[in-house]
Amino acid sequence: MEYEIIVVGGGHAGCEAALSSARLGHKTLLVTGNINNIADMPCNPSIGGPAKGIVVREIDALGGEMGRNADKAVLQSKMLNTKKGPAVQALRFQADKITYPKEMLKTLQNTKNLDIKEAFVEDLVVENNKIMGVILADNKKISAEAVILTTGTYLKSVILTGANKEPGGPHGENNSKFLSDKLKDLGFKILRLKTGTPPRIEKSSINYEETSLEPGDKKIRTFSFDNIIYKDSDEQIPCHLIYTTKETHDIIKEHLKESSMYGGYVEGVGPRYCPSIEDKVVRFSDKERHQLFLEPESIFYDDIYIQGFSTSMPHNIQEIMVHSLPGLKNAKILKYAYAIEYDAIDSKQLKPSLETKIIEGLFTAGQINGTSGYEEAAGQGLIAGINASLKLENKDPLILKRNESYIGVLIDDLVTKGIKDPYRLLTSRAEYRLLLRHDNADLRLRDYGYKVGLISDEKYSIFNKKKEDINELTNLLINTRITPKKETNEYIESLNSNPLKDGISLLEFLKRPEIKIEDLKHFIEIPYSSEVQEQVEINTKYEGYIKKALKEADKMLSLEEKSIPENLDYDDIDNLASEARQKLKEIRPITIGQASRISGVNPADISILMVYLRRKKI
Amino acid sequence: MDDTIVAISTALGVGAISIVRLSGEEAIDIVASCFKGKNLKEVSSHTINYGHIYNEEELIDEVLVSVMKAPKTYTSEDVVEINCHGGIIATNKILETMLTHGARLAEPGEFTKRAFLNGKIDLIKSESVMDLIDSKTEEARKLAMSGLSGRTSQLITNFRDTLKNLLSQIEVNIDYPEYYDIEVVTEEKIKQEIAKMKKDLDYLVKISENSMTLKNGIKTVIVGKPNVGKSSILNKLLEEDKAIVTDIAGTTRDIVEGEINLDGILLNIIDTAGIRKSEDIVEQIGVEKSISMISQADLVIVVLNNNQKLTNEDLEILEKTKNKQRIIAINKIDLEKNIDLDLNLENIIYTNTTDINGIETLKDKIKELFKLEKLNTKDYTYLTNSRQIALAKQANKSLLDAEKSLNDGLPVDMIEIDLTNCFETLGEIIGESYKEEIIDNLFANFCVGK
Repeated sequence: MEYEIIVVGGGHAGCEAALSSARLGHKTLLVTGNINNIADMPCNPSIGGPAKGIVVREIDALGGEMGRNADKAVLQSKMLNTKKGPAVQALRFQADKITYPKEMLKTLQNTKNLDIKEAFVEDLVVENNKIMGVILADNKKISAEAVILTTGTYLKSVILTGANKEPGGPHGENNSKFLSDKLKDLGFKILRLKTGTPPRIEKSSINYEETSLEPGDKKIRTFSFDNIIYKDSDEQIPCHLIYTTKETHDIIKEHLKESSMYGGYVEGVGPRYCPSIEDKVVRFSDKERHQLFLEPESIFYDDIYIQGFSTSMPHNIQEIMVHSLPGLKNAKILKYAYAIEYDAIDSKQLKPSLETKIIEGLFTAGQINGTSGYEEAAGQGLIAGINASLKLENKDPLILKRNESYIGVLIDDLVTKGIKDPYRLLTSRAEYRLLLRHDNADLRLRDYGYKVGLISDEKYSIFNKKKEDINELTNLLINTRITPKKETNEYIESLNSNPLKDGISLLEFLKRPEIKIEDLKHFIEIPYSSEVQEQVEINTKYEGYIKKALKEADKMLSLEEKSIPENLDYDDIDNLASEARQKLKEIRPITIGQASRISGVNPADISILMVYLRRKKI
Repeated sequence: MDDTIVAISTALGVGAISIVRLSGEEAIDIVASCFKGKNLKEVSSHTINYGHIYNEEELIDEVLVSVMKAPKTYTSEDVVEINCHGGIIATNKILETMLTHGARLAEPGEFTKRAFLNGKIDLIKSESVMDLIDSKTEEARKLAMSGLSGRTSQLITNFRDTLKNLLSQIEVNIDYPEYYDIEVVTEEKIKQEIAKMKKDLDYLVKISENSMTLKNGIKTVIVGKPNVGKSSILNKLLEEDKAIVTDIAGTTRDIVEGEINLDGILLNIIDTAGIRKSEDIVEQIGVEKSISMISQADLVIVVLNNNQKLTNEDLEILEKTKNKQRIIAINKIDLEKNIDLDLNLENIIYTNTTDINGIETLKDKIKELFKLEKLNTKDYTYLTNSRQIALAKQANKSLLDAEKSLNDGLPVDMIEIDLTNCFETLGEIIGESYKEEIIDNLFANFCVGK
């Protein structure tokens, strides 16, 4: 074998997959169409956001690269949902589209065991349903024990603007012409998906007086638990907010049929949660305006990204659409918006390890699995890299549960429910989101990262110190009591809190909704990091709810512990509803818990399945 | 569920006919193998066939056999019902014959369990079947039927829809935090929605508990010092209900002495033995014991003597019962009034056991206290057993928690946990949320055969 693992595609999934497998000591090859497009951000210039920001933290906790790399490329840092509670807060960066890929490439090139090759993979070498390697466009074979496909939007991709259809990937790159047909021949169900991107305009042509400022937070935070800040807070670049006008909507309605989407030129299914502007105007016709953000792409060039304005209109219509927007009357379009269609595989054909069910040793991650978003891709890439490595080492795969991580939610959704439109991770997809917080990603996952081998001893001891500190501080607050002395009560009343009647511990006192851990510094010194203080504060304040969430999670886990044999003959089970039988045969869930989440499998089917397993003593 | 089950579906005892029912893949084969008449394997589905059941050469009975083929049957499996002549011996013989020909005796509730597992009925309906079998009065029977109609499921589904809407509105705000045009669900709005749902759910629980009372009977205790006329009142009540006086001592409900059906309302009289035998409950078993009985009762009837001043015993009984649902019956109003009772007490009635009017007043009072008029028997949309009611209460507790947390200023993501719990708990009532134990426990409670 020339390589142990080959990763096909150098996007966000591919980078994480290649780095993790190489770092775990496996000789790895990353094949990409264009080295200059490694870790490219072809759509929005941001990383993180609700749910996605938590994924980035999880990637970092497990030993992936995205968080650290984003920290190096930050243009603006913003913590979202701060007015809501800790469970749904998430960090989002505007990230520099030049710096991010450059830094990632540097990291890849400095990683041991990792080679990078510029080429297109057009076929796979498969023997007895086992992957043996890849075949390049020039027919050259490269052998490997495992292959991870992270082909993004490049499978048979077509760029659409109006009636114009051009085969190719983003930035006028080449696409992969035959690989999806080969996958189909191997037995994969191929889906056609669509996504799109808005126009970029020249910064100097914008009249900012007609926009409102959307600055970053006062303080830059980091995605990585390394906590290294690469930029001064006051160097952040702001975004700006504008709204579409009636004129914009009129133009869109008048020219609707000229768009690729409404002109019937698109076969693929577009993302529900990230609709094009023409979709928004049609579907929400009662809304008078839609919000758009003007976002900087980089400090090295002048492009401004119009977030919320993706379209598949022809160029001439895009011109008048853009010019109908406030502040953009004289805007110069540097890059036109486009829609892109591409092939993906049916993610129900994957195991929870991201290995395909059909071909042993073949893994897939990212947009090829039907997801959208850099973060979703990176999370899968990391897991695919880890699990391909574990497979070569004859170890059990790493399967994260729904109560442990958003990555677990994402992969479980993919392999259990499948997708119809490009899948975007949302906070609402997680049942136990109070457990899956931004702030505790390391506490949830770092042990896994260490066990797998992606977290160094040094980092792991820092993490363990943090855990000890959390315990120490909690005990300190339990053991320190305050009593209703005059001075004490005067201070408490100055915090708009009720004076004490009896003595209480500081921990009890902290449970009062109006009291913050900062306020306790009046009584004692708290010589612990702000992260440690934050953990203790959240654990104390929301103790009751965290317990409730844990209880719910336990219910789910009890079903998750009941495993279903891989070779179970569903035809042998009488009385399963036929839809349920067909779904179970297709998805082959590994636990009762997973089976219960399959749509079309009803509680009655689950009872039948459990009765069967119990009777057969499986 | 590969085997075929059999049970006697009618009550054991002497009756004109009994029904032995089989369900399962071999139901038709098994009956056909001991049936002389038409070939049951060849008859059309849903037909009744005349013939005789034989065990080997021995003629057991002359029967009518209904053959119903899957899936349009109670269990969704092949079902055969043998209508035989009533009587314990004949019916049991037929059952035995089926057992020797390959059927297995059904476990309690197994026919309905199969119906449920085969997706024929939902959880609430299967519970209703159990209620229907257990119902002792016409009112209770109607209640059970309302569960079967699916109206209860619909009501719970409506609650869940409201919650789902509220949750998805909150979630839009979480997932799209910077979209200022999306209506933000304010705490005020959540509070309003919760308050309304809580009120409705409270009402459902209350009215369902009343309906449970209908079904299970009102645990009633009659207390009073000796010679105030307790037994006369009891006897008068018993006279009213000529049909049911059952001695069921030795059962699990051994404190219940008798059941009295008053216009469809079941009164379970607790420990009337003491009353009837000695007229002297307080003296005989002591105040302590009466207090323990009082604490178990849904209704306490305190009997006082109009002819006498209140004694310390009377006052103690009044004190001990003041927080209970109670009726104070001032008896012997045909005699001179010497009683010095504070007439501001609630629910006082006057009785004279020589006269029917006093008892009518008592009955009306009972109905009023348990708001039984409100239970419109034509339009039952209630939870019909204690499992469902307990879950509804639990769901309401989640709403209460949410309300409290909102008032404490906790963030919306915590509130959501309560709302989600409420949603899941309501789902358990109708079997939408999956819980293994429920199904296991549930079917063990069914009586055999249904």
